[in-house]
Amino acid sequence: MNLLELLGYFNYWVFAIVLMVGLYTVIAKINLVKKLIGLSIFQSAVFLMYITMDKVEGGTAPIILKGMEGNVFSNPLPQVLILTAIVVGVSTLALGLAIVVRIYESYGTIEEDEILDAD
Amino acid sequence: MDLTPHLPALQVIVPMLSAPLIVLLKPRGLAWAGATAVALLSFAVALNMAIAISDGAHYRYDMGGWAAPYGIELSVGAFSSLILLIVTGAAATALLAGRASIDSQIEPDRQPMFYAAWLLALAGLAGIAVSADAFNIFVFMEISSLASYVLIAGGPNRRALPAVFKYLVMGTIGATFYLIGVGLVYMMTGTLNLADMEARVGAVDDINPILVAAGFITIGLALKAAVFPLHVWLPNAYTHSPHMVTVFLAACATKVAIYVLIRFDFFVFQSNFDWHGSHFSSFLMPLGLLGILVASAVAMFEGHIKRLLAMSSVAQIGYIILGASFVTQDGLTASAAHLFNHALAKGGLFLAIAALACHYDDLRLDRLAGAARSMPWTSAALAICGFSLVGVPGTAGFISKWLLIDAALDQGPFAWLLVLIILASSLMALAYVWRIVETLYKKPAVVQPSSAGEAPLELLLITWLIALANIGFGLFPQFPLNLASAAAELLMGHAL
Repeated sequence: MNLLELLGYFNYWVFAIVLMVGLYTVIAKINLVKKLIGLSIFQSAVFLMYITMDKVEGGTAPIILKGMEGNVFSNPLPQVLILTAIVVGVSTLALGLAIVVRIYESYGTIEEDEILDAD
Repeated sequence: MDLTPHLPALQVIVPMLSAPLIVLLKPRGLAWAGATAVALLSFAVALNMAIAISDGAHYRYDMGGWAAPYGIELSVGAFSSLILLIVTGAAATALLAGRASIDSQIEPDRQPMFYAAWLLALAGLAGIAVSADAFNIFVFMEISSLASYVLIAGGPNRRALPAVFKYLVMGTIGATFYLIGVGLVYMMTGTLNLADMEARVGAVDDINPILVAAGFITIGLALKAAVFPLHVWLPNAYTHSPHMVTVFLAACATKVAIYVLIRFDFFVFQSNFDWHGSHFSSFLMPLGLLGILVASAVAMFEGHIKRLLAMSSVAQIGYIILGASFVTQDGLTASAAHLFNHALAKGGLFLAIAALACHYDDLRLDRLAGAARSMPWTSAALAICGFSLVGVPGTAGFISKWLLIDAALDQGPFAWLLVLIILASSLMALAYVWRIVETLYKKPAVVQPSSAGEAPLELLLITWLIALANIGFGLFPQFPLNLASAAAELLMGHAL
């Protein structure tokens, strides 16, 4: 595999790296909010993967207008899927933060080790 | 109007549309009644489909009239209808039995929201079972997960909060792994419909993305299903959640994930790739066996009765995975039957515990000593369901363990080892169930119950109904077994 081919997969490299950054943050951080930030980064990486694979070379936005019927279009399906997945991600984050607020109310801390000590 | 062709869609739409309406029912009795009616209706629909399917029917439904593979298809066969029975049955029985228990654990003004979340969880879990579209399954999985996080965190116990946070993080990682896998398969095949995927995935040139996708999907769903060693979210989440939520989720939440795992692996990959069978079993068989042994051993020494049974759930998931990992028709039949029978046994056990919890605030095992004296009926039902969990002959649990051992005997030179492990873990199960029974019946009371007498009548009646069902399906196992073997046939031979 030569350099150009490697660079051709640039988006997929970024996907893999961002995915791992997110997963590492979830595992390594003790602060619950930081864990949720990591979880969001982890999910965003997957959005990038879907968006990358829908790109068709030379394709434009998939909107059919008069006189442009012959154009090459990007695949709209992964974009729609990812819109759904983004909504899912936002709701998960919102619920996660709500749980963190309630943890703070009842434990007075959002550090995982201190919560474990408290019980 | 004939509703029969629309039954699969009703399974999702009825609870999902009723959820926001339930929120508006402020007098809490009404919210409970509404939610219970919806859950019972769903159960009736599932039962109706299951009876038709055991006579050989198969339901297909094109959402919005758009034909598959472009539209979203719903498809209910033997396997999905078995899962639907478990899901809707668990939701309905827990609601029917649980009014007093929920009243005591959830503040009155929050109850409408609680019931709405309950119905959303039901809609999501049922949606996973009816959907034949890989992405749709992801969306329903997240609907059910988000709703069940709310349910688990809804109780008065503050320890539920860190537990549910852990569940949220691990559940989201699992779902995202599944999403990555689906994306890779979509990238190579250009379809999301499972049947279409199955037809196209064999013709893919580069097999590597499919291999990676199989890994992501299997691990992601194993996380959701709490397959050992990915089960760490489960014990605390089950232990500290409101008692009725434990009944509902312990009976069906992990089973639905196992259903997707088995369905995806067998429909899409197994029929197309020779290597898949050996990969699947060499990966999942050790995990299944380890889960059975380790979780049973841990359960023997647990001090909290709910956590003990949660650990036992992890072991039972091990049995189900073990049966599937044989990749034979007998093994899958045993798995599907055990899905059903374990839901019966565990649902009944947690119902009985909810009944105990009406009079005992502290559910640590040593505090429950002598409870059988003041609550003889509850304790007897608990013992029956416990023996079904162990697999005592005459109970439902015996049938699926017998099938599992029967399937294990075909597994070549190491069959005796598998059988030995299954028997050893059954002995361990006997040990922990006996520990509970002995504590309830033999030991002198340590704590006086907060009030004398039995649990509320409806809770007691439903618990006994489930306990008797454990015996009934042990003596006359025809109905679930028909569905289970039809499911296995579909998975192995499958003319889809």
